[in-house]
Amino acid sequence: MAQKKRNIIEKDNVVVKFVGDSGDGMQFSGSLFSESAALAGNDLATFPDFPSEIRAPQNTVAGVSGFQVHMGSEKIYTTGDLVDVLVAMNPASLKANLKWAKKGATIILDTDSFEEKSVEKAGYKENPLENNSLDNYNVIKAPITALTKESLKDLGIDNKVAERSKNMFSLGMLYYIFNRDLKGSFKNFEAKFKKNPQLIEINKLVLQSGYNYAETIEALESVIQVSPANMEKGRYRNITGNVATAWGLLAASEKSGRPLFLGSYPITPATEILMELSRHKSLGAKVFQAEDEIAGICSAIGASYTGSLGCTSTSGPGLSLKSEAIGLAVMTELPLVIVDVQRGGPSTGLPTKSEQSDLMQALYGRNGECPVIVIAASTSANCFYYAYEAAKLSMEHMTPCILLTDGYLGFGSSLFKIPKMAEMPAINPPIAKANEPDFKPYKRNAETLVRKWAIPGTEGLRHRIGGLEKENISGIVSSDPVNHQVMTDLRAEKVEKVAEFIPIQDIYGEPEGDLLVVSWGGTFGAVRSAVEEVQNQNKKVSHAHFHYIMPLPKNTGEILSKFKKILVCELNSGQFVQYLKMKHPASNYYQFNKVQGLPFMINELSEKFNQLLEEK
Amino acid sequence: MDFINQTVERSNVQLAKADFESDQMVKWCPGCGAHAILAAVERVFPKIGYRKENFCLVSGIGCSSRFPYYVNTYGIHGIHGRAAAIGTGVKISNPRLSVWIATGDGDSLAIGGNHFIHIIRRNVDVNILLFNNQIYGLTKGQYSPTTPMGKVTKTSPQGTIEHPFNIGELVMGAQGTFFARVPDNNINLMTEAMFEAAKHDGTSIIEILQNCIIYADKAHADIIGKEMKEENMLLLKNGEPMLFGKNKDKGLILKGTRLEVAEIGKNGITLDRILVHDQYDQDPGIQTMLAKLAPPHFPMVFGVIRSAMFPTYDDLVEEQIKYAKETSPIKNVDALLNSGDTWEIN
Repeated sequence: MAQKKRNIIEKDNVVVKFVGDSGDGMQFSGSLFSESAALAGNDLATFPDFPSEIRAPQNTVAGVSGFQVHMGSEKIYTTGDLVDVLVAMNPASLKANLKWAKKGATIILDTDSFEEKSVEKAGYKENPLENNSLDNYNVIKAPITALTKESLKDLGIDNKVAERSKNMFSLGMLYYIFNRDLKGSFKNFEAKFKKNPQLIEINKLVLQSGYNYAETIEALESVIQVSPANMEKGRYRNITGNVATAWGLLAASEKSGRPLFLGSYPITPATEILMELSRHKSLGAKVFQAEDEIAGICSAIGASYTGSLGCTSTSGPGLSLKSEAIGLAVMTELPLVIVDVQRGGPSTGLPTKSEQSDLMQALYGRNGECPVIVIAASTSANCFYYAYEAAKLSMEHMTPCILLTDGYLGFGSSLFKIPKMAEMPAINPPIAKANEPDFKPYKRNAETLVRKWAIPGTEGLRHRIGGLEKENISGIVSSDPVNHQVMTDLRAEKVEKVAEFIPIQDIYGEPEGDLLVVSWGGTFGAVRSAVEEVQNQNKKVSHAHFHYIMPLPKNTGEILSKFKKILVCELNSGQFVQYLKMKHPASNYYQFNKVQGLPFMINELSEKFNQLLEEK
Repeated sequence: MDFINQTVERSNVQLAKADFESDQMVKWCPGCGAHAILAAVERVFPKIGYRKENFCLVSGIGCSSRFPYYVNTYGIHGIHGRAAAIGTGVKISNPRLSVWIATGDGDSLAIGGNHFIHIIRRNVDVNILLFNNQIYGLTKGQYSPTTPMGKVTKTSPQGTIEHPFNIGELVMGAQGTFFARVPDNNINLMTEAMFEAAKHDGTSIIEILQNCIIYADKAHADIIGKEMKEENMLLLKNGEPMLFGKNKDKGLILKGTRLEVAEIGKNGITLDRILVHDQYDQDPGIQTMLAKLAPPHFPMVFGVIRSAMFPTYDDLVEEQIKYAKETSPIKNVDALLNSGDTWEIN
């Protein structure tokens, strides 16, 4: 196509958000747009923002669905706080999202959707296109619905069908604004609609029309250029946290030679792990959709006893239901991976929103003295590695491991540098050999205190285990008081000894100073961005982000002791800070907490850092 | 030897009762019906003929659930009500194991009711020995979901006001493929039913009318007691007429849509009017009616009531995996990681 000469402005990073009614195809637009950014070499992170209702009433704020893309020529840590470019397909979506738009943001609107009824349904008193409420923004008013129909008039298709592809028109406009190539999306249509060639044609045509329209009206004075990021060489893909978690478990299964068994019950926002693993029977994954959360974990324990890598995936309410069974796995000293994709609580809480408020439940939410390993992923992509690590630690140390992720990591996506399986660390489960002389169920490795995994079907190892306390070594049922103390101590010590097998805690910035910012889990991106921002103002602040929580890395106390102030930032009321105070008592802990179902904003964090740096 | 599940490896030596006796002291009360159930299991396991390492016992909580400790096989003693869920995981994970679940009326029908109906609905190939003593024994005498209405127990001093489950009806309602009922005072009948259960592909439920000598003594005596059994027990045999009574002169006939007791020789009833038992009938209609029968107007029915062929969950799991392995281009995790949209950054 003939290209006009364009003015180009460079940007280091841009946040784009597609919003519309649940049925408007915003998730599809968003994923195509992020694909185009990835193909252009940007680093990126995405987050889908959909209502908990499947189809809330049309054109209402409750029914707004969105997809946010943060892309950059620099390292992208978060899905972005405020939006540079907002595409709003109806009045309700504008109403729900305007508060997230930066002052001066570009807003693309489908003017056809702003008729009286929809405006009223969105809860506007007057049409926002007809007053001055959008004066602070760069608004591009386009009759997107009409233009979409117009661009398809030669195909002679039904108006309703034509209207459905209006999301591609606005996407085409964005492709012009960001100087993106359409070919990647064309290829995507060809694959996705292989069985319906007309849909390929429709989508291509509308996408191209949107692009041409934006060019014709010169939508922006300049096109925005986000140059390729400086990324490590290698093969990449985009991956959501839930898919990465599922794949990490598959990888650990393959590496360890232990077949994968997942017993789970659908629960937002963890269901995608169950769905994803169901698709990979070709890798031998046995996926059992149980009748409830308890059956999910109990079947996984049965599978684990039988020699499989037993896993269960859930969210907070499900973790509550699984508590008793986790105790059984602790008592029987069997491997078990429990993935908790945290959401807002308590009770049903905020199912589609994110929090870090299950930490104490993961650490202590069981009857009896019941220690388990607890680790947490920090990006969508590294859910792969921490799921792998959870499985490795659980099998090698014969104890359950809870992996904490959250709704933002699970639903969100980031770029994933594809590893090679040959380079993944070995996993060596302590499997007892057939006819092992003098086999005893609770005989332990002297160094790690780990018992052997004796798998049913193996000759010479018949034994019984269960939830009743067992005599050390022999495994015979025992209520002897001294033995119970011995076994309680052994179970705790076994988990503490895992600290010898995990990396020491790293620190970003100076190893000592006035302020150490501490975080864990899914807040990594926001906290690291804020730390960098404050460091760039030539202020001394360091950051320790924890992935290993139970046990803590060996050098934790030493790190904490080198700072005047320790600020622990978390999306709960202060659970990790309480835990740290207990493990490493000191009087210089400060905390920054938020429980709104929303991630940290970078500026609220940096403000807090500055405040603490200034206070004497 | 009858057809026995081919996926479980057989022992190449003849096993004996001693091969399954554990060295643990059996701690059930003297006179408890569970002792006889243990004896039946130790007798039937060698007869079934699988390698001794291929038996796996699973249990929940309750008197019944101490069972795995007393049999020398692989075994896991779980938590209250969850034996069916644990057993499901064991069987799916390794279908080459012969999985036996020991459970009670409280464990499986109250706290574990959900798992019980779902394992049956899925037809997971496990054998469930359901010790029905109509009472909570381990917690010392509270009523259970099978306690007869009106019964005085520690938690129903004025008598229970709950309708009990009929286990057979519950099993049929959950689309069960195998149901047998046996008394704890007849080791031969128990052994036969257990052998039939082992042969059956799918979830086999054996309801064992078990006596709790301490908290519900003689709960089943009106049916299975010496004086009563001739008139109150009807032992089903596949392909044979459903006869009972001291002189085997009473039988069941179908009148309209209901079963009735008829006496041969009276009112023109001849042997050929008596219903003939078909345990393999896929339609559970008659079998369900049989399972529900009880005195005073009917005898209670014993033996294998239903043993119908349907695909098992664990077989279907294996089939889907086999098909996926044959047809999917993704043969390993490297292929998975590189599937779909990926790109190179140089």
